[in-house]
Amino acid sequence: MEIPYTTTARPDTGLYNAKIGIWLFLASEVMLFGGLFSAYIFLRIGAPEWPGTILGENFASSFDVLSVPIGTFNTMVLIASSVTVVMAWAQLMLKDFKKFRYYMGLTILLAMVFLVVKGFEYNDKFVHGYFPAEGTFLAVYFTLTGLHGLHVLGGVVVMAYLWGPGAKMWETNPQQFTNRVEVAGLYWHFVDLVWIFLFPTIYLL
Amino acid sequence: MATTASHETSHGHHEESFWRKYVFSTDHKVIGIQYGLTSLVFLFFGFTLIMLMRWQLAYPGEPIPIFGFLFGEETMPGGVMLPEFYNQLGAMHGTIMVFLGIVPLAVGAFGNYVVPLQIGAPDMAFPKLNMASYWVFFCGGVVMLASFWFPGGAAKAGWTSYPPLANIETTGQTMWLIGMTFLITSSLLGAVNFLTTIIQLRAPGMTYWRMSFFCWSQFVTSFLLLLAFPPLQAAGILQLMDRVGGTSFFMPTGLVVSGQALDIAGGGSPLLWQHLFWFLAHPEVYVLILPALGIVADIIANNTRKPLWGFKSMVYALIFLGFMSFIVWAHHMFITGMGTAISTFFQLTTMIISIPSVIILSALFISLWGGAIRFTTPMLFALGFLPMFGIGGLTGLPLGLAPPDIHLHDTYYVIGHFHYVVAPGTIIAMFAGIYYWFPKMTGRKMNDTLAKIHFWGTIICMNLIFMPMFIQGMAGVSRRLWDAGAQYTFAEPTLHWNVTMSHAAWLMGIIQFIFIWNLFYSIKKGEKVSDNPWEATTLEWSATTSPPLGHGNFEVVPTVYRDAYEYSVPGSSKDFTPQNEPGEKESVREEA
Ligand code: HEM
Ligand SMILES: [Cu+2]
Repeated sequence: MEIPYTTTARPDTGLYNAKIGIWLFLASEVMLFGGLFSAYIFLRIGAPEWPGTILGENFASSFDVLSVPIGTFNTMVLIASSVTVVMAWAQLMLKDFKKFRYYMGLTILLAMVFLVVKGFEYNDKFVHGYFPAEGTFLAVYFTLTGLHGLHVLGGVVVMAYLWGPGAKMWETNPQQFTNRVEVAGLYWHFVDLVWIFLFPTIYLL
Repeated sequence: MATTASHETSHGHHEESFWRKYVFSTDHKVIGIQYGLTSLVFLFFGFTLIMLMRWQLAYPGEPIPIFGFLFGEETMPGGVMLPEFYNQLGAMHGTIMVFLGIVPLAVGAFGNYVVPLQIGAPDMAFPKLNMASYWVFFCGGVVMLASFWFPGGAAKAGWTSYPPLANIETTGQTMWLIGMTFLITSSLLGAVNFLTTIIQLRAPGMTYWRMSFFCWSQFVTSFLLLLAFPPLQAAGILQLMDRVGGTSFFMPTGLVVSGQALDIAGGGSPLLWQHLFWFLAHPEVYVLILPALGIVADIIANNTRKPLWGFKSMVYALIFLGFMSFIVWAHHMFITGMGTAISTFFQLTTMIISIPSVIILSALFISLWGGAIRFTTPMLFALGFLPMFGIGGLTGLPLGLAPPDIHLHDTYYVIGHFHYVVAPGTIIAMFAGIYYWFPKMTGRKMNDTLAKIHFWGTIICMNLIFMPMFIQGMAGVSRRLWDAGAQYTFAEPTLHWNVTMSHAAWLMGIIQFIFIWNLFYSIKKGEKVSDNPWEATTLEWSATTSPPLGHGNFEVVPTVYRDAYEYSVPGSSKDFTPQNEPGEKESVREEA
């Protein structure tokens, strides 16, 4: 039994199955982060001051608590990774498997850089006793960036699979492999996009 | 056997192991049946919980005979149900019925089994994902059940899990949140799969307008699942953070519990949870009802031997309903002190959303007009559904207007309202679906006489259970009371109804054994029937052979030439013209 349109596009929709699937999945992800963003707005509107008092110290603005340079650096890293993942896919379209490996590897590396930097940021907060329980600002910060971090981690796992064992499919079914990379890339852009919203709302506003 | 043969030719025969074939199958038909059996078990389990509670409601504080002594000292000392245990049963009844019973039955079972067949697809678009979604659902169910054995027992804060109560509950609530995460993940995988299947895998000629109303209902339902569940997931994550990470997303500043100020940062809002929860849970109630409407529509067309009246308006109403269901949620929150502007908005949207519901229901009623109705078993259930859903929907209107709702909110009236929609409504429609598609799954029919006893017994009992709830609710009796309201004098005159209601509930429990017997007996011994016993037009009947259907469904991919319900086409020699039957006279639907 064959499922139609796993690799080729259905003429009237112009899409193969997985591509529709990922778009739908991302729509639900939009609702997930949308829900969290709404929660943030709801709580922030109700808060007398923001970030307010943390461990007895009063903060007038978010960037007094969080490090904007580090956040900016991480934003750049993710944007760069969004470019490299497109390059990886483009190399497959050009049938250049070696270069695909190179760009995909670079993407994974950048994603890991992001996570490591984030880890240092978290650690820096923890050693000063800044835990989620200390107030709404930190709770929002840790929950939203933490959930985003999990999405990054998920992306790393998928892309590492496509870089490593999953790449065998290039020999047997190059079209479907290219599709998989494209779908993973779409997901990756989304993860990037979420951060582009998160960074200003949490670090700057 | 013909199917196996074609299976062989298509890609070489290989004997599948028992595990691959029945347990970890990727065949949508097997997965559908897995969903079906699991959710029926959960439905019955959830019903058992309420049968226990109904004793406490009818005879508050008296020991439950026989069964009461099966439980431990922590829950039922001397056979008397403790209030804490009552709360566990109540919360878990709601959770199990909605998330582990009806949704998986309506969508997981019927959607899975029927949709690919009706649109002419060999399987779902992502068969492995389909299997995963069943097993993730299963894990969610196990977590929910296991929570009863945790210290403090299962969740006690109601199926709505309102904080701050839910935040300070025992471990059972954490399990509830973890269980919900599984169930949400499962329904997300399922929704993506259904939508992709319907968009991509429709057979040649199967345009959207030629899809059956059932497929349409599943299509819209999947959108609701896809977009409404994530905010609940968000809320669940926040509540989990509150409970495990010590945050205060839902905890206001200065909260005092049992005379003690809580050691928390505060600054959160319990209302935030209500918004996020109802943003899911209102669309969710449409997830409960739309597949039921789909099943009933198919059966009514089939048994009136006429096309559905106003099919196009029904579909438009369905889509509109799906859209509107996202902007009515705060009608569950009228007494939270919202401003009049916001309250006006939600009253208005709630009144508007009842219009498409009425359109669909009216179209189904009008479809009966002038039909040569065959009173088959599925039709009996479908006919029973119509007025019951009507009562459920109409009693929703007063709740949608703030002035009466302030009186009725959180009373038994609300319980009566939604149970009318879900029990004699959706559940009866689910039974209709089981009787209708059983021959497709087994090649045999279920016994009609037993089915009729089952029908009348169930529907009469359901009315005896739920009708008095309106009386009690209007008298002001609150829901979720362990003593059924005995402490309030105003409740006094209506409390005697509890005895009737409870007896009806237990009787209904017994009557279900007729169904269970009929189901299992008929698998092996039911009357054998032909490929298309209902003489139906849709593809699952007209384009497949008798069961067992092979993995891949169709011997030849069907081509679709006409609308879903071409019954009694003028000039045709028989009173049904299958969708895959070519002919010079295509599609006679009058453009309404
Ligand atoms: C057609 C028009 C309908 C209207 C106008 C309507 C309106 C309402 C309103 C305003 C409430 C809140 C009452 C309160 O808590 O004070 C409510 C509760 C509820 N409705 Fe409906 N409803 C309708 C149909 C349905 C349908 C089709 C279902 C689903 C199967 C449903 C299921 C529920 C449930 C489960 C609750 C109670 C939730 C809870 O508090 O535990 N309703 N309805
Ligand atoms: Cu509602």
